[in-house]
Amino acid sequence: MTGRNRENYNKNYIDYVNSFSPPTKHFKNCLHAFGVGGLICMLGQFFRFFLENVFSLSGDELAAGTSILLIFLGTLLTGLGVYDRIGRHAGAGSIVPITGFANSVCSPAMEFKTEGLVYGLAAKMFVVAGPIIVYGVLAGTLVGLIYLFL
Amino acid sequence: MFAEYFSLILEFVKAFAVGGLICAIAQVVINFTDLTAGKILVTFMLIGVVLQGLGLYQPLVDFAGAGATVPISGFGYLLANGAIRGAERGFFGAVTGALSSASAGVSAAVIFSFLMAMLFRSKSKKS
Repeated sequence: MTGRNRENYNKNYIDYVNSFSPPTKHFKNCLHAFGVGGLICMLGQFFRFFLENVFSLSGDELAAGTSILLIFLGTLLTGLGVYDRIGRHAGAGSIVPITGFANSVCSPAMEFKTEGLVYGLAAKMFVVAGPIIVYGVLAGTLVGLIYLFL
Repeated sequence: MFAEYFSLILEFVKAFAVGGLICAIAQVVINFTDLTAGKILVTFMLIGVVLQGLGLYQPLVDFAGAGATVPISGFGYLLANGAIRGAERGFFGAVTGALSSASAGVSAAVIFSFLMAMLFRSKSKKS
């Protein structure tokens, strides 16, 4: 029972409803998010190590290569339907890493493919990830301009 | 030899701990507020931009490696870092720097998502 219109309900009724709803397992949720998020980051660290030592990449190429591998993995698992199953248990642990970003691009693209390639797949692809890029570019450019004039 | 392995394992442990901690903080925010996944992503990305703008995110990246760059705040770090480096080259660099440093991630997301959407059918929509 959360939300802005909570005050509109009778307090006794809220207590009555809450007595039947299962308690939110905050600690367990956070532990799952910590474990899954940590594992994904550790996988990223493994990719970094692998690319650095096998393909001898460094600097920007190393960071880009790691991101590309993780994004590939995220979209593949989304395509196979595995990522949603992970997300049901992991919560933020599967949303916050870059694989979650890949999932948020791939999932609507698959979902709306039936509505056509232009107005379905391509238009809906950035329905969740679009705001990240919009505000990312705005904030990033602002930082760039501040550094330019400092 | 032993020291080499130890430092390697320590790098993985640091990535796990810092990355997991960022995700756990996001989970706490989700548990106690009504923010949806999209808003969480935007918020954490902006936190990354602001921290790197103040020069505070770089030490975390140096410490934890992928533990700091893989979460979405690392995407913000990348944007801010590109813009700061671009600003050294002048006005044009300051404007184009952010997106050009993030181009690998955005391009990969578009290309792979298109391929996967072509290859697989959504599980939730059985038509």
